[in-house]
Amino acid sequence: MAVSLRGITKRFGPVLANDDVSFDVARGTIHGIIGENGAGKSTVMSILYGLTASDGGEILIDGRTVTIARSADAIGLGIGMVHQHFMLVDSFSVLENLVLGVEGGWRLSRGLDTARARVTALTRTYGLELDLDALVGDLPVGLRQRVEILKALYRGAHTLVLDEPTGVLTPDEADQLFEILRTLRAEGKTVLLITHKLREIMAVTDRVTVMRAGRVVAEVATADTSREALAVLMVGRALAPLPGKREIAGGPAVLATEGLSVTDAAGIRRVDDLTLSIRAGEIVGIAGVSGNGQSELLAALAGTLPIAGGRVMWRGQPWPSGLGPRDRRRQGLAHIPEDRLRMGLIGAFHAYESAILGYQDDPDYSAGPLLRTGRICDETRRRMSDYDVRPADVDLRSALFSGGNQQKLISAREMERAPAALLVGQPTRGVDIGAIDFIHRRLIALRDRGTAILLVSVELEEILALADRILVMVDGRVVGEVSRADATEQALGLLMAGVRDVAA
Amino acid sequence: MTPRRPLPAPVEYALIPLVNLLASLVVAAGVLALIGADPLDALGSMAEGAVGSAEAWGYTLYYATNFILTGLAVALPFHAGLFNIGGEGQATMGGLGVALVCLGFGGYSLWLVLPLAIAAAMLCGAAWAAVPAWLQARRGSHLVITTIMFNFLAAALMTYLLVDVLRVPGNGSPETRVFDPSAFLPPMDALLGLLGVPFPSTPLNISLLLALMIALLFWVLVWHTRWGYEIRAVGHSPDAARYAGISISRVILASVMLGGALAGLVAVNEVMGVHHRLFLGFSNGYGFVGIAVALMGRNHPLGIVLAAVLFGALYQGGTELAFDHPEITREIVVVVEGLVILFCGAFENAFRGPIEALFGRTGAKPA
Repeated sequence: MAVSLRGITKRFGPVLANDDVSFDVARGTIHGIIGENGAGKSTVMSILYGLTASDGGEILIDGRTVTIARSADAIGLGIGMVHQHFMLVDSFSVLENLVLGVEGGWRLSRGLDTARARVTALTRTYGLELDLDALVGDLPVGLRQRVEILKALYRGAHTLVLDEPTGVLTPDEADQLFEILRTLRAEGKTVLLITHKLREIMAVTDRVTVMRAGRVVAEVATADTSREALAVLMVGRALAPLPGKREIAGGPAVLATEGLSVTDAAGIRRVDDLTLSIRAGEIVGIAGVSGNGQSELLAALAGTLPIAGGRVMWRGQPWPSGLGPRDRRRQGLAHIPEDRLRMGLIGAFHAYESAILGYQDDPDYSAGPLLRTGRICDETRRRMSDYDVRPADVDLRSALFSGGNQQKLISAREMERAPAALLVGQPTRGVDIGAIDFIHRRLIALRDRGTAILLVSVELEEILALADRILVMVDGRVVGEVSRADATEQALGLLMAGVRDVAA
Repeated sequence: MTPRRPLPAPVEYALIPLVNLLASLVVAAGVLALIGADPLDALGSMAEGAVGSAEAWGYTLYYATNFILTGLAVALPFHAGLFNIGGEGQATMGGLGVALVCLGFGGYSLWLVLPLAIAAAMLCGAAWAAVPAWLQARRGSHLVITTIMFNFLAAALMTYLLVDVLRVPGNGSPETRVFDPSAFLPPMDALLGLLGVPFPSTPLNISLLLALMIALLFWVLVWHTRWGYEIRAVGHSPDAARYAGISISRVILASVMLGGALAGLVAVNEVMGVHHRLFLGFSNGYGFVGIAVALMGRNHPLGIVLAAVLFGALYQGGTELAFDHPEITREIVVVVEGLVILFCGAFENAFRGPIEALFGRTGAKPA
């Protein structure tokens, strides 16, 4: 066994993050660890990598009991970690990033020369082609991840831990990553893949450990299980299928753009001559790799980013370009922002304060200049119970809620006013399956009540599950519209990637 | 990534500052011993001078009045994420407003003159803050830089006005004539005398009540009004504020100008309450001390009032110390005061770790 965990236990205050977690990972296999957010996957891995101290239990590497007090110990034992958020220096070249911390001697050039030879050998063995002299900041995400993997291998890792590695990748890039993982396995390396995506587990792992609420609830060979069975294990109950999509309702266009262009602060065109329309009672999905102008499109529609050309139409009339978010909201445009921590709520605010963000000047909430805190708290409490926000504590600081509960709090705020149109950005990023299901159902219910919804998501599964019409966005343009009948992950993936190749 | 769980309020707002204060006094004692003074005797006479008698309290609270106002003047823009260090200049200009009202309306009832003087002080302070605020809101010019420059401009302008315009002909000092006694603020001993409470004659006047009332209004404004909500939203997260449709530049303009207005009120205490005339340099560094007061008071009005009293005590105690101990020069007094500011302001988190460990709040949240 490459790695064995025996009875790992970790308590954070009242929360038992890991409760007697034990599993074995055989050498030369790809082992998946799946579970919802908060199931304790990341905690186990930080204990294994020496970032967190466990309260009990032991770790065996190659059958020997070891003590891992810091990440240097883990590296010494041949464990490498590829973090969800890359730990790379953008302004350094690939090679410089690889030797960072192990430069070898005070003369950098000598260290770099010896490193270059070793790295070149590694890239050949594992099929990790990379331009060693390119600046990391210039590389696409998929290649940056390769740098991380190479970095771990360069430090002599036999066991690679990848934490949610595909969150930032296109389906195509994810497939390339899986290919790399298979090569690593063929060369005798061991891979631990942490994810909450069933597709990945099924695609690439040999065995899978399922965690829920800090415990291991199952460990099975991937070949002997199915997505459905794993989903039930993860969530602890069967999820009913989402209500079906419906044929396009044909309501009037509520929100539309005509030749919309948006440039960012650096003057780069992010949205380029984009025309779309969203009718009452439909969900229009925007698929695309993150960073292709979706964020700027949402911001321009919401009124937080000035538009450089074209116009935004509301119920058939153009909106003046200077119309701010406050006025747009008053006319019935709600917005669940992509980045809930940066925009959707204010971490330092009490939950009841974040629960009125954007609606703070609603006359219902104030008496003269004073805020009616009691009434706001009552309403927040009601919504927390409707949306099952936990803990249902209106005074808790917003930052202390889990991602899923923050998202429910924001969704409640934006959806409970039955808006005429709703902008939704990455509604389930970093949200657990139970909450995803809940939010999806609410979105469908809102659509059925006649709201025009624009859904931007990098999760194709989400777009496919919810959208009545799907637009694919690449480099600020809509490169294709796929009717829901033709929409498959493959078709969309081709559109998302294919056009990009032509442009490159 | 893991947000810190807040400490219980008494620990956060009382224990931590107290530990910081003690640490600073220990180091101060070391400095005093180093120059050959008896540290206990020196610190004792400082404490005695600051809080040892009703008269000492009168002086301490008189200084504290200024510090409450300048502390709040820093704290309000701070809630919007801005650092107003122009309190000195804004107070100076407040003095101009107060003096013009008191000179122009001398002889009228205080019931007329006082509201006018308060309004004029706030207006002048706000006006002086308006240009830096506008530059920050519209042009992104750093408020710290512009407000510092406006301190110098205020001093220069006041010199010109007092030397060339407002000076009484024949008087050699740069100051206005003394106001009509009807424009004097009642001192606290007079007010307490009305209630039958004996109190020695000190510079302490009813401005203290004004400052306390403003501290209360500050609390209501920041935490219980829509406007305070918007200020705090901008301060914590400009992106979220923009998302919420809050005009960031309006919040910047309004919060900095209101901060200036609060600093301007120092003049009501100094010019109208104590000196009864406008003279050069009456602001005496109170605007700068306000920065330390706001930091130490965690930008909360209650904390600011407490910190202001501490700084008032330091000012008053330091004066007594220099008076009682000729071997301790004024500079050493400043060192002692500086140590308190250093430990309570700059090193405010030095003892936070151990104290948090003591209260078991260091555990990270599970991922």
